[in-house]
Amino acid sequence: MTTDVDLPTAVSQQFPTAAPRPSLDCPAFNVPAGDALAVLQYLRDTQAYDFLMDVTAIDWSAEQSPRFTVVWHLYSSTKHTYVRLAANCASDAEPAMPTTSGLWAGADWHERETYDMFGIKFAGHPDLRRILMWDAYPYFPLRKEFPLAGLPTEMSDADINAEIGVGVIPAPMAGGPFVATPGVPMSEAEPRAKDEAWDEKREKPE
Amino acid sequence: MATDFSYPDAAVKAASLPKEFDLEKMSLSMGPSHPSTHGVLRIQFELDGEIVTKADPVIGYLHRGDEKIAENMTYNQFVPYTDRLDYIAPLANNMAYAIAVERLAGLELPPRCQAIRVLTAEMARVSSHLMGLGAYGIDVGAWSVFMYCFEEREKLYKLFEELTGARFTTSYTRIGGLARDVPEGWTQKVDAFCDQFLPILEEILGLLTRNKIFLDRTVDIGVISKADAIAYGLTGPNLRGSGVPNDLRKDKPYSGYEQYEFDVPVGSKGDCYDRYLCRGEEMKQSIRIIKQLVKNFPGGDWYAKDARKIFAPPKDKILSSMEELINNFMIVTEGPQMPAGEVYFEAENPKGVLGFYIVSKGGGVPYRMKIRSPSFCNLSILPKLCVGNLVSDVVSILGSLDFVMGECDR
Repeated sequence: MTTDVDLPTAVSQQFPTAAPRPSLDCPAFNVPAGDALAVLQYLRDTQAYDFLMDVTAIDWSAEQSPRFTVVWHLYSSTKHTYVRLAANCASDAEPAMPTTSGLWAGADWHERETYDMFGIKFAGHPDLRRILMWDAYPYFPLRKEFPLAGLPTEMSDADINAEIGVGVIPAPMAGGPFVATPGVPMSEAEPRAKDEAWDEKREKPE
Repeated sequence: MATDFSYPDAAVKAASLPKEFDLEKMSLSMGPSHPSTHGVLRIQFELDGEIVTKADPVIGYLHRGDEKIAENMTYNQFVPYTDRLDYIAPLANNMAYAIAVERLAGLELPPRCQAIRVLTAEMARVSSHLMGLGAYGIDVGAWSVFMYCFEEREKLYKLFEELTGARFTTSYTRIGGLARDVPEGWTQKVDAFCDQFLPILEEILGLLTRNKIFLDRTVDIGVISKADAIAYGLTGPNLRGSGVPNDLRKDKPYSGYEQYEFDVPVGSKGDCYDRYLCRGEEMKQSIRIIKQLVKNFPGGDWYAKDARKIFAPPKDKILSSMEELINNFMIVTEGPQMPAGEVYFEAENPKGVLGFYIVSKGGGVPYRMKIRSPSFCNLSILPKLCVGNLVSDVVSILGSLDFVMGECDR
């Protein structure tokens, strides 16, 4: 078994398309979406990264392309090290990624959650339904354009909707969270409640 | 409601079941408010007589969007939200989150701060396992265990209250330190608690370990094989119960765990009984760690002194020095200043491995934060585990997994 020091070399020899990814802790790689499955399988079978700890995604906001990055974290129970793998989704409008649920049964729920929150479709997933939100929910809440307070929508059940006549309403922010906006001039960045309109640019949600 | 979902593993297992009755399958919804689902878990069953042929956990009833909230506030402001993940052991969550952010900042903490964190995390482990054990007792019909457990848990909560000011929502850590130092004489009280707790723990475990009814309800029920435990990403006592000796406190020590002597209990069969035994033994090991800690409690600073842009200065300095006042204002409003980058940190929590993946673009607010919650992963094995069992055994299985929905749904 190779030690962790030469893991980057081993991976880049095996997969020339894999590039090192900036990381503050464990080894990390960027791979093309098409190679992700092969690299994950290589890491599991050859490099003894037997645990899939986490699957998630990052939304780099609508202005950026590629917009979505899927991130896997693997852990080796023998080497006691982590490795991070990231792959950009080719399409920004219809993001997709091959599923890893064939390699790890636990990926099933992780991928359902990632689909639920970001709308990334995992090709080949046996049962890609929403998991935390209800099935008919129309939005993907962890996308950057989705507001913190939420968006008005129908209740999960038509019966309930008919009975109470009120859908899901945005959360009252009640003055919070009261933080500065990073990356803007100090006059703009002054701490304020996120739903408070101090000028025309910030519209208060209903 | 039809049960039209597919879990490949579970379907294979269901196909191999002998047919109990040649009747129409029945649909049964268990939860979201059912005493054995420990919160708001719902399981949609398909039953053949009383045998489960399909099980689909429906989660999300407690989804609050913690990850979205984290993207909208400073690092310190998120600490109270970590209390509400695994609300049975908030001190352990506080610590895991703080260490994750400190890894991002590249901060080293003084020994006293690390020791206090380990002490509180181990106390949280004991209180969490007491809760799990007591609730499990009720699930399988042993009420008195619950009473004993809650009395001990109450003593721990008294100690937490004295330390943090709150019994449940402790919010004890800050990035780069703690909310406050331990009060005078507190560690002696913790020591006294440990001394009186060990004989009572023996008594509590004695109520169950050789109890015929308990054995009938747990032995050979809900067996998780080693391979399954790894494939589904199980962690904590649920993984160790299946015979995989993984414990991050030993394997990848953080916050000075390498200094303490303790053993990692491992099961042999992976059934409900093994998971119960692991939790019982883990409590004893936690007490062992606490005893070592209290004996040699390190002195010195309880927060990182050199982290001037991260940990707010002491109150008296803020009121007497202009520079410290400005510094405090900046930390409170803009948040502790972090470098850009990505970290993933996992801590061995009572329920399993709690992970935080933080993507920072610099500044005081994370760009993206993912919470890898142990209960979520531990529950993902349910579709496979429940199939072939009686509905009453599902109750036993759920209790043995010891999950918390606050953490599962986030």
